Amino acid sequence: MSDPLLKVTGLQGWYGRIQALYGLDFEVPDKGVVTLLGANGAGKTTTLRALSGMIQTAGEISFAGQSIAGKVTEDIVRLGIAHVPEGRGTFTAMTVEENLQLGAMTRSDTRAIAEDIERAYAYFPRLAERRGQQAGTLSGGEQQMLAISRALMLRPRLMLLDEPSFGLAPLIVEELFAILVDLKEKEGLSMLVVEQNAALALEIADEAYLIETGRLVMSGPAQQIGSDENVRRAYLGY
Amino acid sequence: MDLFIHQVLAGLATGGIYACMALAIVMIYQAIHHLNFAQGEMAMFSTFIAWQLIEWGVPYWGAFFLTIVVSFIGGVVIERTVFKPLHNAPILAHIVAFIALFAIFNSVAGFIWDFTIKSFPTPFGQESLFGSGLMGAHDAGMIGVTLVLLVLLFLFFRNTRVGLSMRAAASNPDSARLVGVRVGWMIALGWGMAAAIGAVAGMMIAPVVFLEPNMMLAILIYGFAGAVVGGLTSPGGAVIGGFAVGIIENLAGTFIPVVGSELKLAIALALIVTVLMFKPTGLFGARIVTRV
Ligand SMILES: Nc1ncnc2c1ncn2[C@@H]1O[C@H](COP(=O)(O)OP(=O)(O)OP(=O)(O)O)[C@@H](O)[C@H]1O
Ligand SMILES: [Mg+2]
Repeated sequence: MSDPLLKVTGLQGWYGRIQALYGLDFEVPDKGVVTLLGANGAGKTTTLRALSGMIQTAGEISFAGQSIAGKVTEDIVRLGIAHVPEGRGTFTAMTVEENLQLGAMTRSDTRAIAEDIERAYAYFPRLAERRGQQAGTLSGGEQQMLAISRALMLRPRLMLLDEPSFGLAPLIVEELFAILVDLKEKEGLSMLVVEQNAALALEIADEAYLIETGRLVMSGPAQQIGSDENVRRAYLGY
Repeated sequence: MDLFIHQVLAGLATGGIYACMALAIVMIYQAIHHLNFAQGEMAMFSTFIAWQLIEWGVPYWGAFFLTIVVSFIGGVVIERTVFKPLHNAPILAHIVAFIALFAIFNSVAGFIWDFTIKSFPTPFGQESLFGSGLMGAHDAGMIGVTLVLLVLLFLFFRNTRVGLSMRAAASNPDSARLVGVRVGWMIALGWGMAAAIGAVAGMMIAPVVFLEPNMMLAILIYGFAGAVVGGLTSPGGAVIGGFAVGIIENLAGTFIPVVGSELKLAIALALIVTVLMFKPTGLFGARIVTRV
C-alpha cells in the first residue's frame, strides 16, 4: 500500500491554556475520503483547525511526505490543503466572483483561474446566476456551495470540510454530497469530512474515526463503523 | 449670495485638506480597526522630510515622490516594529502606542527642524484661479490631487489582486488566511499606504498652514470628523465627509454670528458626535447585508 497523503501522530491542540485535543492518530489515504464523527464539543472543528495551523499544537502532522506541524496557515494552504471552515467563512461584503478569485490567491496562472471559475459555475449553476451579487446576501446553501467552490479554486490535494450539511435543507444536502462524490471519483480529490449527519458522511467515506472529548475512541472502514451497534445507537439513531 | 458661493468654495478648499487626511485615517482604520492618533504627526514628519530634500536642492516633484516612498517604507516599518507585537494586545496598549508615536514624532521634528514656522512651496502657484478671487490655484490643485488619489485607491482595491487581498484581510482575517492571504503583511501594507497618503496630505496642506511641528493638530481632528461623517469603512465617503466638514465649518463661521472662527473646531466635534448618534457607520459606511 502507498503512503497516506496525510498522517497524524499524537496530535494535541490548545486554545490558549485550555487543552482540547489529547493525542490523536489518524490518516487520510491519497484519493481517499475520511470522516470524523463525534458529538457537539468533541473536538472535530479543533482537529481541522490544528491541521490548518490555526491553533497551537503538538505532535506530528505529515502531508505528502512533508512535516507541516508548526507551519503557519498561509504556508499550509500553499502546499494544497483547502479548508472549508465551520460557518463557511464567506467574505460577505464581496461579490461571489471576488470570493472565488480569493480562493485562487496563491496561484498566478490567470487563464487557468478563469477556467476554474467557470468550472465552479458549471458545478453550481446557482452561483453563476449570482456572480455579481454580494456574497453575504446568498442563502445558507448557496454560501456553502460558494465555500466549497472557493476551496476548490486552490486546486487542493486535500480538502477539509467542516459540517458541510449544517443548516441546509435535505434536498440541498443531497445535491451537495452528490457533488462531493463526483469530486472524489472524477477528480481524485482527498477529503477529510467532519459531520453531524453521520449517516450521510458514512455513505461517502472510505474510513471513519470517532472522536470523544478530544480523543479517538473508534476507527475503521466506514461500512463497518456504520453497522456497529453502539455507533448506530449514539450517532445514527436507529 | 456671492458671499455664500465664496464661502462654499473656500470651504471646498479647506475641505480638500481634511479629505486628504480623512483618506489616510480610513486606510489605517481598514487595516487595524483603530483610529491612529499619530497620523497627523506622521504626515507632518513626512512633510519635513520633503522640506529638507527641497532645501538640499532636490526639485519639487523629485522631493514629492521620494517623500512618498520614504513615508511608505516608514509606515511599514512602524507597523512591523511597534504594532505587530501588539496585535493581540488590548485596545489600551494601542492607544498608548499611538500617543507615544505622537509625542516622538512631534518632539523629534522639533529637535531636528525647531519650532519656527517655515514656508513650504506649492507646485501649483499662488495666483487665484481664473482671476476670480474665489479659489486659489493651490486650492484647486490640492482638490485635484485628492480626487486623483481617491480614483487610484478605488482602482487598486477594485481591480488588483493585492487590493482584493487587503480587503479580505481587513474584513475576515481567518478566512483570508485560509485562502493563503498573508494577513500580517497586508496590515503592514495598509500602514505604508496610509503613511504615503498622509505624506501627500501634509505636502498639500503645508503651503496653506505653514510648516511647523504642530501644524497637524487641528487638521487631524477635522480629518477624523470627515472620516467619521463619511464612514470609516469607505474611502469615497471619507473624502466627501472631509469636503462636507470644510464647507460646514466655513458656512457656520460666516453665517452664524456666535460661531466665528473660535468655535469652528467645536463644530467639527459636534458633527462627529451627531453623526455617530444617528448613524454609527457614518453616512457612507458599509451596510453589509448578511443572512445566515
Ligand atoms: N475558541 C475557543 N476557545 C476555547 N475553547 C474552545 C474554543 N473553540 C472550541 N473550544 C472548546 O474545544 C472543545 C472542542 O470544540 P470543537 O469546536 O472542536 O467541537 P466540535 O466537535 O467541532 O463541536 P460541534 O459539533 O458543536 O461543532 C470544546 O470543549 C470547546 O468548548
Ligand atoms: Mg465544530
